[in-house]
Amino acid sequence: MNVVVCVKQIPDPVAPGALDPGTNTLNRSGKLIMDDSDNYGVEMALQLAGGEGDEVTLVSMAPGGETSGLRTGLAMGAAKAILISDEALAGSDALGTAKVLAAAIARANPDLIVMATESTDGYTGTLPVQVAELMGLPSVTFAKAISIEGSTIKVERQTEAGFDEVVCPMPAVVTVTAGVVEPRYPSFKGIMAAKSKPVENLTVADLGLDASQVGSAGSGQEITDVSESEARGSGEIVVDEGDGAQRVVAFLEQLKVI
Amino acid sequence: MTTDADVRAEIIDTVRRFVAREVIPHASELEHQDRFPTAMVEQMRELGLFGVTIPEEYGGLGLDLLTYIGVIEELAYGWMSLTGVVNTHTMAATLIIHHGTEAQRQRWLPIMASGERRGALSLSEPDAGTDTRNISCRAQRDGDEYVINGTKAWVTNGETAGIVALAARSEEGISAFIVEKEPGPQFEGISVAKREGKLGYKGVETVQMAYTDHHIPAGNLIGEAGRGLPQILSVLELGRINIAARAVGVTRAAFDAGLAYAQQRTTMGKPIAEHQAIQLKLADMATRLEASRLLTRNAAERKMAGLRCDVEAGMAKLFASETALEVSMDAMRIHGGVGYTTDLPVERYYRDAPLMVIGEGTNEIQRIVIARGLLARALEQGTAS
Repeated sequence: MNVVVCVKQIPDPVAPGALDPGTNTLNRSGKLIMDDSDNYGVEMALQLAGGEGDEVTLVSMAPGGETSGLRTGLAMGAAKAILISDEALAGSDALGTAKVLAAAIARANPDLIVMATESTDGYTGTLPVQVAELMGLPSVTFAKAISIEGSTIKVERQTEAGFDEVVCPMPAVVTVTAGVVEPRYPSFKGIMAAKSKPVENLTVADLGLDASQVGSAGSGQEITDVSESEARGSGEIVVDEGDGAQRVVAFLEQLKVI
Repeated sequence: MTTDADVRAEIIDTVRRFVAREVIPHASELEHQDRFPTAMVEQMRELGLFGVTIPEEYGGLGLDLLTYIGVIEELAYGWMSLTGVVNTHTMAATLIIHHGTEAQRQRWLPIMASGERRGALSLSEPDAGTDTRNISCRAQRDGDEYVINGTKAWVTNGETAGIVALAARSEEGISAFIVEKEPGPQFEGISVAKREGKLGYKGVETVQMAYTDHHIPAGNLIGEAGRGLPQILSVLELGRINIAARAVGVTRAAFDAGLAYAQQRTTMGKPIAEHQAIQLKLADMATRLEASRLLTRNAAERKMAGLRCDVEAGMAKLFASETALEVSMDAMRIHGGVGYTTDLPVERYYRDAPLMVIGEGTNEIQRIVIARGLLARALEQGTAS
């Protein structure tokens, strides 16, 4: 079985982020790392594709030929990677990115495509279903467990009330939520091996796409203004006067957490 | 061989993440209970930590010393005791790499690299610490075996190790042997005579091991009989760089704790980090931390280049360990009362630091090693000119 995992390479959240003052988009010129949310997708894929002849391929779109984040996924155990890097991709919105990823994923001819529910730098959460739609594939979101049964997948799909059991033919796109699996640490041997694993470098033209469909040229979104988020308030201190438990329950109910 | 810089950075970063998620949240609790970190050690084995410096042809990773000290610094940042599990193992493996026969390397290094068997180094005795020539543990040749009798002291990992690099006195003088045993308090003629209670460095056991008519094959002699001391002392050079790297990790942990607390804690209407008394401390702590790291790196680079580094390793061990002691105390002063409690790990850093001052050759001995090394080099230069 061939499983593709889409991996987003993002600026290290530990370093202070910055916006490009010209475009108001995130500055991605420094070293990029694999988005933490993709750890779960890679781990899930490695667990599903653990049999003889199975293979996990990573697909990523990033500026400047960046592979640092991909190497992390390769060190965890993925066999190879496809990287799409092209100046024409700067300023891509989610749909433009989806077009590029869909075209690249198709080259790997996968049985299953695994993605994180959303990235931790963009949080649009729209990309996976756009990719599925563009590829004409079914998609199942918010998977908390996946099992393969012949040519179908069975997914436990997280809902507010519990979970749904969804059976879906393959190939399909599945998004996984954080915490569904315990991502492995890349072993030192894996890190060393990742250095020599193949990374196919592609441009927009290689994918047969027109530059006008992607990047800022093809983007349907425009960032017109950026403002600082509101400073976080100090919160409410509840002094327990014998009714602490009830007040905590009332607070959580108000948030609809319970 | 020098490790690729990207690979080195990725490995050290992986250990940093492992320590942040798996070690730091549990270290203080295990340490206070003096419990061996079984789960952490198993994860370390899976990462490949026991084969870092063992050559690839023997199942290791063949990574360079700079990678190794980076890994050690990160482990010590979380819990210094974890480095003890790796360091003694690595020194025993290094003894076999440098002084073992090809057959001995093939026999022991692969099982050490995988972590299947963990190693310990056993040099000291109750009456032979700094004075290693006073070693009285005997290895009596008996046909194709040696019979070991005596007591060894301060054996880190002595109980949990499966392979012990042992210094014992044979007819030819002090010789180095490999003793294979099953982990546990008793195996054939070997028994744990005493588990040391310690100020810090808890979790990992430090024991006295008694050998009573314990037989080992004559083929377990490492190198030439009677040459054990210089062989083991050459491994101690690596041990001193290890200790310096541990000290850098503990110092960094103490400094980070002090820096964070100084920004959170408010007195007289402002964070204490804005008081000059605290700023002076932070500046000195950070400067000494940086100097420790550079001295350690310098010693490692010299060793990697195949240059003599007794002086540099001694300097790194001396300075970094004294710095760990001072900076952990400074971090506690910044914290005030709360730093003295067991709620925060600062008290652990403070209790762990003296191990580095005393272990692997006391700092008094380091000064003598440094001075003698300097004088020897001066003499060599004088002869050359």
